Amino acid sequence: MMSATDLKQATLEYALRLGDDSVVLGHRISEWVSNGPFLEEDIALGNVALDYIGRARMFYGYAAELAGDGRTEDDFAYMRDAREYKNLLINELPKGDFAYTQVRQLLVDAFNTGFLAELVKSKDATLAAIAAKASKETRYHLRRSREWVLRLGDGTEESHQRAQTAVDALWGYTFEMFELDELEQQLVDAGIAVDTTRLKAQWEVEIKAILSEATLEIPAGDWAVRGGRVGYHTENLGHLLTDMQSVYRAYPGCQW
Amino acid sequence: MSMDPEKNFMRKIEAEEKIEPKDWMPDAYRKNLIRQIQQHAHSEVIGMQPEGNWITRAPSLRRKAVLLSKVQDEAGHGLYLYSSAETLGISRAEMIEALQTGAAKYASIFNYPTQTWGDIGAIGWLVDGAAIVNQVSLQRTSYGPYARGMIRICKEESFHQRQGYELMIALAHGSAEQKKMAQDSLNRFYWPALMMFGPHDSESAHSAKSMEWKIKRETNDDLRQKFIDQTVPQIEYLGLEHPDKELKWNEERGHYDHGDLDWDEFYNVINGNGHCNRQRIEHHVKAHEEGAWVRDAITAYNEKKSAKKSRHAA
Amino acid sequence: MKPENLELFEVFIRSKRGLDHKHVGSLHAEDHEQALEYARDVYTRRSEGVSIWVVKSDDICASQEDDAESFYDPSDDKPYRHATYYKLPDPVNNM
Repeated sequence: MMSATDLKQATLEYALRLGDDSVVLGHRISEWVSNGPFLEEDIALGNVALDYIGRARMFYGYAAELAGDGRTEDDFAYMRDAREYKNLLINELPKGDFAYTQVRQLLVDAFNTGFLAELVKSKDATLAAIAAKASKETRYHLRRSREWVLRLGDGTEESHQRAQTAVDALWGYTFEMFELDELEQQLVDAGIAVDTTRLKAQWEVEIKAILSEATLEIPAGDWAVRGGRVGYHTENLGHLLTDMQSVYRAYPGCQW
Repeated sequence: MSMDPEKNFMRKIEAEEKIEPKDWMPDAYRKNLIRQIQQHAHSEVIGMQPEGNWITRAPSLRRKAVLLSKVQDEAGHGLYLYSSAETLGISRAEMIEALQTGAAKYASIFNYPTQTWGDIGAIGWLVDGAAIVNQVSLQRTSYGPYARGMIRICKEESFHQRQGYELMIALAHGSAEQKKMAQDSLNRFYWPALMMFGPHDSESAHSAKSMEWKIKRETNDDLRQKFIDQTVPQIEYLGLEHPDKELKWNEERGHYDHGDLDWDEFYNVINGNGHCNRQRIEHHVKAHEEGAWVRDAITAYNEKKSAKKSRHAA
Repeated sequence: MKPENLELFEVFIRSKRGLDHKHVGSLHAEDHEQALEYARDVYTRRSEGVSIWVVKSDDICASQEDDAESFYDPSDDKPYRHATYYKLPDPVNNM
């Protein structure tokens, strides 16, 4: 059993991880603004990005509350370096082309659907409440990304090729979504965190069905990249944070 | 008996009745409207770029969410306006082509670069502020779909100016460096914002006819004056220096007298020599071209789907 | 390809339960389903609606201005269809 203080510290870490996932992916989707394939889609992607930024604020806000040392949501977002960020790697990969973005969304949205449905049951009331709100958003995200992957996979030869390339490139980053480190295992035992190892089977069934309907194939082999939850990132995250944190860090201590 | 269509049209204009899509209208009225609505739509869409430039760098998560939703609104407003113009018989594709080939214009203000975070405040406050003055007036424009679009846009846009001004307050009342940033942004965007109202009435190519047809409801100079007057106390509250050194209250007119605008600079930017003219169009063309395969894919997918459906039905 | 390959849809929103759907504008989409989603993203960013209709613009049949006389004028001379036509004594006029 963890002591109450340890549990609180672990919950804070967990909230930060989930906040990191949200802010990093929200950042990537926001890069589509004014770059979408047509205006309607530009607006729709903006909504998805906004959902993620909102989610990041809720998780960081909770982390700030748990920390209780005067740090704010922005301190967490803007004052930590890449090594301190604990997001899953799949979220930090560049936005890529439209197929890459939608395939990533599908993989992540399907994961989030299962994940949030479990987090709603967390013994931690705040995490459960955030999950309840995010869960509704995610169902809509999944509906969109699923339809897009079907369209692109079964559209033209070019769109099929691009979608397949995206699946091949992203698949190796999905493994770590379903793995627990010691911290999360302890929180799972305490009824606070989600046991993601138990989400994989259902996720695979869903993804396989969608990809097969989209005439796309899951790559063979066990190529997998891991490390996000321990701060072992791809080179992309450093650039993302440099960009995101530039103003905040250039003028230390300012209110915006 | 039916009235002569032209007389009937003018009767409606004079009676403040709206002209609706299927109504008879003079060719020149239609053309004039298409030109104006289209230019307005393109301005919203191109206007996404200078502000979009700062979404990834917004210095707080709250500001990031606000800016993102604002830029997203611009896309929405572009869409509402394209949709009003489409009721006049021009397709969005034709309008996009006109934008990309330079046949259609957009507000020149968006050819100025956003160099600092302060510029995001200045744009919301001054550029959206100027746009709102114009758009409030256009809520009474004679063409129904345009007027309704304006009402919707004005309702949504009131937050745009307020968030910009709130951002400026944070800077102007913040550290010395932030205040300097705010002043610099005000200095750079004040004059271009005034030019958004267009040339003096005496030199405006489309003004007279647009007024007669009630497409435009107030003159460029009147709207500009309104904006100048309303901005003075706002600059004062921020504690910033007014960029117009000749600004002076005129008791008799009940308005502020102001310094001359640098029209040479204005036309220089309009004619393509601004910092971002080429960049804005290149950006738009690039996004549009990169989206081509996506649009192709959905058409192909849709065709396959309907083929499947009809096979099913057969 | 040109974006006009996407179809034009008209969007109607019910802003509140109990009110009619009202025309709010149009948009381009591949099919009804996508049109519905884009309508949600484009026209209800500020919780403006509880229900959305989308209709292909081509499927709308509109009356023409020239029809106005034959369509609407005939009802102009039937004031007896309006409640205000009937003058009742004050004590019972709250009918």
